[in-house]
Amino acid sequence: MEDIKQANHKTFYEGENLLLEISGILDVTSTPKIWKETSKIIQESKFKKLVIQANGIHDCEGVGIALLFHYKKMARILDVEIEIQGLEKKFEDLLNFFTHENEVKAFVNFQDSWNTPEKIGYHTVQLWEEIKFIINFIGECSVLLFSSLKHPSKIKWLEVVKLAENAGVNALPIIVLIGFLLGLIMSFQSAIPMQRFGAEIFVANLVSMSLFRELGPLMTAVIIAGRTASSFAAELGTMKVSEEIDAITTMGLSPLQFLVIPRLIAGIIISPMLTIFFNLAGLIGSAVVMMSFQYPFITFVNQVLSAVKNPDMFGGLFKATVFGGVISAIGCFHGLNTSTGASSVGESTTKSVVNGIISIAVLDGVFSVLFYYLGV
Amino acid sequence: MKADSNKPIIEVKNFTAVMGGEMIIDNISFEVNAGEIFVILGGSGCGKSTLLKHMIGLIEPSAGDIEIEGENIATASEEIKKKIQNRIGVMYQQGALFGSMSLIENVSLPLKEFTTFSPEAIHLIANMKLQMVGLDKYARHMPSEISGGMKKRAAIARAMALDPKILFLDEPSAGLDPITSAELDHLIKRLSRNFNITFVVVTHELESIYSIADRVIMLDKRVKKIVATGKPSYLRDNSDNPWVRQFFRREINTI
Repeated sequence: MEDIKQANHKTFYEGENLLLEISGILDVTSTPKIWKETSKIIQESKFKKLVIQANGIHDCEGVGIALLFHYKKMARILDVEIEIQGLEKKFEDLLNFFTHENEVKAFVNFQDSWNTPEKIGYHTVQLWEEIKFIINFIGECSVLLFSSLKHPSKIKWLEVVKLAENAGVNALPIIVLIGFLLGLIMSFQSAIPMQRFGAEIFVANLVSMSLFRELGPLMTAVIIAGRTASSFAAELGTMKVSEEIDAITTMGLSPLQFLVIPRLIAGIIISPMLTIFFNLAGLIGSAVVMMSFQYPFITFVNQVLSAVKNPDMFGGLFKATVFGGVISAIGCFHGLNTSTGASSVGESTTKSVVNGIISIAVLDGVFSVLFYYLGV
Repeated sequence: MKADSNKPIIEVKNFTAVMGGEMIIDNISFEVNAGEIFVILGGSGCGKSTLLKHMIGLIEPSAGDIEIEGENIATASEEIKKKIQNRIGVMYQQGALFGSMSLIENVSLPLKEFTTFSPEAIHLIANMKLQMVGLDKYARHMPSEISGGMKKRAAIARAMALDPKILFLDEPSAGLDPITSAELDHLIKRLSRNFNITFVVVTHELESIYSIADRVIMLDKRVKKIVATGKPSYLRDNSDNPWVRQFFRREINTI
């Protein structure tokens, strides 16, 4: 079964003609060698006419025909005559099927021929278009959201609950784990330098303030982006590719109303709830560290209560709510904008996570400034 | 014109397929002769695509042997299975072209992986395969940029890249307009005659069946066996199974 077929060639001159005698079986195993060797001979020889003697060819597969066509092509390039003798009629018919007009030049991609300014220009325009779309989309979603909330009966609450369970309840393990670890690590790391001043107890202030105001909402949002935005994008992206979105539209329903709003609402609901759990787990982690430094639990609790006030907590939860909405919206947006092809759903998923995280980081900065001026 | 009918290139013996606990095909045996165009047909859900998937080594049969050029693909080791699969070509129903590569890159892939041709030689060979299916002008297009019919033709070009002795086609005419379908039939016949390629075609398009098939087997999901074997025109006129005759005459039950 593994035998390599044999093909042989012999060349000799006859006056000004180069005679190339080919014999044997031309298939994928035997042809590469003879292709290379004979091409080299033809390149290096001087002749007016190339005569291929094909009487000895027992069997000629597709690659064999390709080889003969290659000789014809070489003859054209070298501007010499070519004659193929003794080829079986059926192979000759096959060979004559191929024309050279339609041959494609190798390996040139239109976009690769652009220079750097053109490429920068192209990508800048692309980026700008995408930013416009995102702003547009968030605006449209906000409008739809508020109008839905004015008519709560129009919302499919069962759907929202199912989505919230998936995005929220099922995320609890990872939220609690990371919250706990973050509280633990932060406390431990800051307690070590603070020991020098005997100020370890203030770790409680540090950790609780950071958690409630910044790290809680931010980290929770990042985890939600990784879990939920990607799943929304993949779900809606797959629906887009299999024409389900089109089906919804032609039925007279709005995909935004039908698909995006429930996901938006679910995201908005679960985000502050998950943040609360994150904060709690963080505090527990911190408490563990403080108790290992011999501080009684009640001392820890008192410190936390004195450090964190209502504006801190509610400010943080408000941020979390907004983050939840934004992440869900971005996930849905990229899902709905999936292009065609196998890689497109993956691309949408990646983009939604990345854009989601960037957006909440920017928003966090905006909130910091806002809260400062509001005195929160 | 037709090859020796006493040399089977594929032998299926006592083949049984059970999927998801359900018996799909119950102990069938048949042969495919070298150089012929062999069609597997039947109603929807009769298991013809399943049979094809077993024959190309994607699924292991629950029982039975499938011998391709004498080697049993059903029980072969991974290594031998890959060697057998190198000698066959498969065209999938939706084309299954690689979406991230252009047409010519798709066709070039088997040549790059399994032969020692130079890149220029590969380019020429791939281009010729595309010319054979009439797609040379679209060589640098991406699969997402061409129509469904063109995808199928490109898929056939790719299946032929290594000059296989046996080509398996899964519903080649599905979704094609009559002219394109006829052109595809013509291509199949031409390849079969000129290169002596054996074709195993799964289809239920009657026009194509009458046009290309040398022999057919017909599967029936009610009995899960072969209910007819032979030339389609013969079966239409002479089969003793009324359902078979009905199928070939495209008649509905008017009772």
